[in-house]
Order: sequence, then C-alpha cells, then structure tokens
Amino acid sequence: MKKLSVYLMAGPDTPELAEAAVAGGADLLEIGFPFSDPLADGPVIRLAGERALAQGMRTKECLRCLADTRRRVDVPLIPMTYASILEAYGYERFQEDAAQAGATSLIVADLPIEAAPDVKRVQLVAPTTPAERVRLAGERTDGWLYLVSLTGTTGARAEVSAQLAGLVDRARAATELPLLAGFGISTPEHAAEAASLADGIVVGSRAVEVAYENGAEALQEYVASLRAALDVAEHAVA
Amino acid sequence: MATELTRGFYGAYGGRYVPETLVPALDELERGWSEIKDDPGFRLELARLQAAYVGRPTPLYRAERLDEEKRVYLKREDLCHTGAHKINNAVGQALVARRLGKERIVAETGAGQHGVAAATVCARFGLECVVYMGAEDMQRQRPNVERMHLLGAEVRPVEFGTKTLKEATSEAIRDWITNVETTHYMIGSCVGPHPYPELVRDLQSVIGREAREQIIAAESRLPDAVVACVGGGSNAIGLFAGFLDDADVRLVGVEAAGAASLGTGRAGVLHGARSSLLADEDGQIADAHSISAGLDYPGVGPEHAFLRDEGRAEYPAATDEEALAAFHLLAEREGIIPALEPAHALARALDLDAEVILVGLSGRGDKDLATVLSR
Repeated sequence: MKKLSVYLMAGPDTPELAEAAVAGGADLLEIGFPFSDPLADGPVIRLAGERALAQGMRTKECLRCLADTRRRVDVPLIPMTYASILEAYGYERFQEDAAQAGATSLIVADLPIEAAPDVKRVQLVAPTTPAERVRLAGERTDGWLYLVSLTGTTGARAEVSAQLAGLVDRARAATELPLLAGFGISTPEHAAEAASLADGIVVGSRAVEVAYENGAEALQEYVASLRAALDVAEHAVA
Repeated sequence: MATELTRGFYGAYGGRYVPETLVPALDELERGWSEIKDDPGFRLELARLQAAYVGRPTPLYRAERLDEEKRVYLKREDLCHTGAHKINNAVGQALVARRLGKERIVAETGAGQHGVAAATVCARFGLECVVYMGAEDMQRQRPNVERMHLLGAEVRPVEFGTKTLKEATSEAIRDWITNVETTHYMIGSCVGPHPYPELVRDLQSVIGREAREQIIAAESRLPDAVVACVGGGSNAIGLFAGFLDDADVRLVGVEAAGAASLGTGRAGVLHGARSSLLADEDGQIADAHSISAGLDYPGVGPEHAFLRDEGRAEYPAATDEEALAAFHLLAEREGIIPALEPAHALARALDLDAEVILVGLSGRGDKDLATVLSR
C-alpha cells in the first residue's frame, strides 16, 4: 500500500487534527516543532510556525503536544524541526524526551546526512544529491527515505517536479527502504503521479493550510481525497 | 569520521547546517575556491581588480586631531569603490561565480553596502543580480536602494519577521535553494555554512595584510590594539587576519550593544552555521536592535566565536549613543564622515588604554545621514 504522511504544525488543535488526518487515511504524521528561521520552508509553513510560536509552542510545549497526540492516534509520529531547537535542548535529551512522548523517529531539515551521526533520523535527499550521498543517506536513515522532490522550499506547486523520477531511480539503486516524496505535492492528482514513482507521499503546506482555514473535518476530507488517489494509483500499478 | 566532523569548524563553531539541497553546491563552491585561490591567473586578475577597480591599497591615515595623545590610525576602507570594505569580497566572489559557470547572483543586504557591492560587481561582470533587503532597512537606507537599482539589480523587499538583515538572509538562502543550479549565493559576511566563513575571510584578509605593512612603515612597530566593528564580522576578521599571529597585538571587535551576539549570546544554529547567537533558551532566534543596519544581526561569524572562546580576541559593545558621538567627533575633528558601523569601533578605540591603535574604518557615512540627522 502506498504510504501517506501528513505534516501538521504543533499547536493546541494538533491532537484533534491528527485524529482527523488518521481517520482520513494518513499512515504517519509529522509534527512540526516551529523554529523562528526555517530555511527549508516556504510561506505557508513559515507563517504556521510564526503562529505556533506566538501561541507559545516552545520545545517543552511541543513535546506535550506530541504526547497528547500520541494518546489519540496509533500511527508513527515524527517531530520535524531544525538543528537550533536540538542544539538548545540537547540532542540526546531531545531524542529521549521525544521518544518518551511517543515519537517514532525524527526529521531535522537542516542537518545534512553527515552531521550529528548519533541522532537517528529520517534522512532527506534532494534532486541535487549525487548517487554517493544518496547511498550514505540510505545507510543512515531511520525506516524510510524522504525524497525532496524539487529544488526549493516547502509549498504547493502547479505540477509534480520533473526532477522526482531521476531522484527515485538513484534512491532505488541505493536502498531497499521505502521512499516517500514530499515538497510541492498537494492535490490528489499530484499524489497519484508521485506515488506512481515513489512508495508514498508527504503533504505539508496544503494540509497545514486546510487545517488552519477550515478545521479538522475539512482536513479529514482532504486527506481522504489523497488516500483515494493513492489507492487508485496502487491498483493501477498492480 | 573525524574529517566529516571537523571540516569547516572553528573549534565548536561553523560547520554546515543546511537543507540537503544545498550541500552539493557547497561542495562545488569549496572545490572551486580551493582550486582557484592559489591559482596565479586568478590571483593576478584579483590583484588587478583590487588596484584599478576597488582602489587598493587603501590608505592608512593617522587621525591626529581625533586623539592628540594616542596614535590612532584609520584603515580607510571607506575609500574603496562603493564606499565600504564589502567590495573586496564581492569582487572575489564574482570571479568564483564566473569560474563555476553561474550567471545569476543572489545576495542579502542590511545597510545596503553589501547589496551595492554585489550589484556593482554584477554590472561589471554582466551577471544577473537579485538582492534581498528587509523592508525596514529599505526605509532607513534609501540611497543604497536607489544605487542598486541604478546598477541594474533587482531589490526584493522582505516584508516579514524583523524586516531586517536576518530575514533578508533567510530569503536569499531560500532563493538559492530554489535556483541552486544557476545561481551563486554571494554572502556578504563571514557567516553561513562552510566554506563561506573561510572564503569571505580569505577575500577580506587583504585589509589586514595591507594594514600590517602600513603601520610597520609608519611606526616601525606593531600596534598595541586593532579595533573593528562586528556585525557578521567580515571587516573585523579581514583586519584581524593580518595580526592573528602577533600574540602581543590586542584584537578588539566592537558589537552594537543591542546586537551583541558574542557578548551576550549563546551557542546556536542560524543561517547554516553554529555560532554565538542572540537566542532564547529554546533556540529561537531573538531580535537584534541597533541604530546601524549593518550591525543589526543576531548572529556572527563562527571564527569570531572561536577567537572569543580562545581568548585571542575580545568583544566589547558600544551603544547607539556612543556610536553617534564618535560619528560626530570624527566628522568634526578629521573631516571624515564614517558609517555608523565603524563609529562603534571608534567609540571603544578612544577609551582603550593603548599607545598605538589601528581602527578599521570599514565604510563611509553618506548612507547614514538621514538616520543621524533625525536623532
């Protein structure tokens, strides 16, 4: 089955939203721990991060949010954040406390593959990543590999990046782990197209936007529409 | 493993904390720079541009009326083409960009001096130039915005967050992530991911090399202290580079009191490097506050954090008021209008207990007239 990962920014509504996303068919959830200067993020997630910080979503509060979410859903939960947060909290302590709160793994958007080798995390590879580094990422990654499908920041785009196919080929040659494609994937059509190449998709900006503007029910519908597209793609392949 | 961890680090600072998309571009830049930096053809071309285009060597001037007791020398980077030391770095990086086959340049700017330098060299080398600038800085540094436009650059206002250099830098990096295959990021200070701190230091070290020769020629001795302002820290690191091995020479970097990343900061990660930052206990970056747009930055180059920890350099602060007083004093006593940034260095230099003092006068003050006159 194609995997569907949904990104939500940590906040007071996150447990409820997480439940809705899972009811809609999400297989795993990434929980954004906001950072003041998120280099990998486009405007939607950057703004969501600003709102979260204004609501007091500092690291301890985010960990509480993670634990509250854990009590509501049983899919893997993966905090996604930036090095500065771990630096301040302590890398080891962060890993321990996140695991304690129910985290399954971790994503750090600005820790390249060779940095902090002791921090077990989902590694990201990009269209610019050469084969040798993709192999290293495959060796070090935790469970699956995050394919950044385009050169750019997070955010919806008109089309699935033409760079994704080549990246999938390089990643397949490097690892047998599942490959999930994210960045720029927002519609059911995108989902189907990206999943025809990769083993699953990550949606972030659009999910954050739907959740913020229209709430849990709308998020569940949106996720269900992606789920349906992925299931159709799955059968088309089979 | 050891090489992976230590490459690009100054002690515990520096490194590469960037999205994976940029790592291959940083590798390419590092390779390109190490290939050309000692290449005779490159050195010759850079030397010719420094002489005929930038206006090097810049004079070393003894400010006799500024302080009649101490012997205070000013390294006149304000006399460089475009009015500040930023051009030293921009010229060198333009040559690197050309070597790497990149035809588009992105840059960030605070006071506008680096933006003007980037726009200038892009005009000179026929490169497309996009400069990100905080909307608040565009207000307070209007003449530099006009200059960049005249030079053919596109200035993109950054309307969110602090609307200053911090956000402009983030946006320039995001642009680079998006256009990495065609674009060179011309960073303006000795900050950012490896190899930028080293690249910028190498290109600015011409200041220190010249100054060391000049002060020995003037005084037949080394100075007691070398003083420069520190925002990101590029003019300071360039000047210090000439004196790092002279253990008896005090190195003094002067920060703005409201942007003292070294004086009051903590270790953290910003804009691709680990350094000393203004950040809270959760690692969220704090706002900096300075009358001087060029110092209004919550981070600093990693080598400065290392020099501080090693005890090799000291980093006191100067307040807005102290900088303004030094600004007026230099204008009235010497007929030199400094930028507000080096006015911070002047303010601390004048109360140093030292006989021979070398001060980096990193830029001229035309851009600051509106700010100063409105006080």
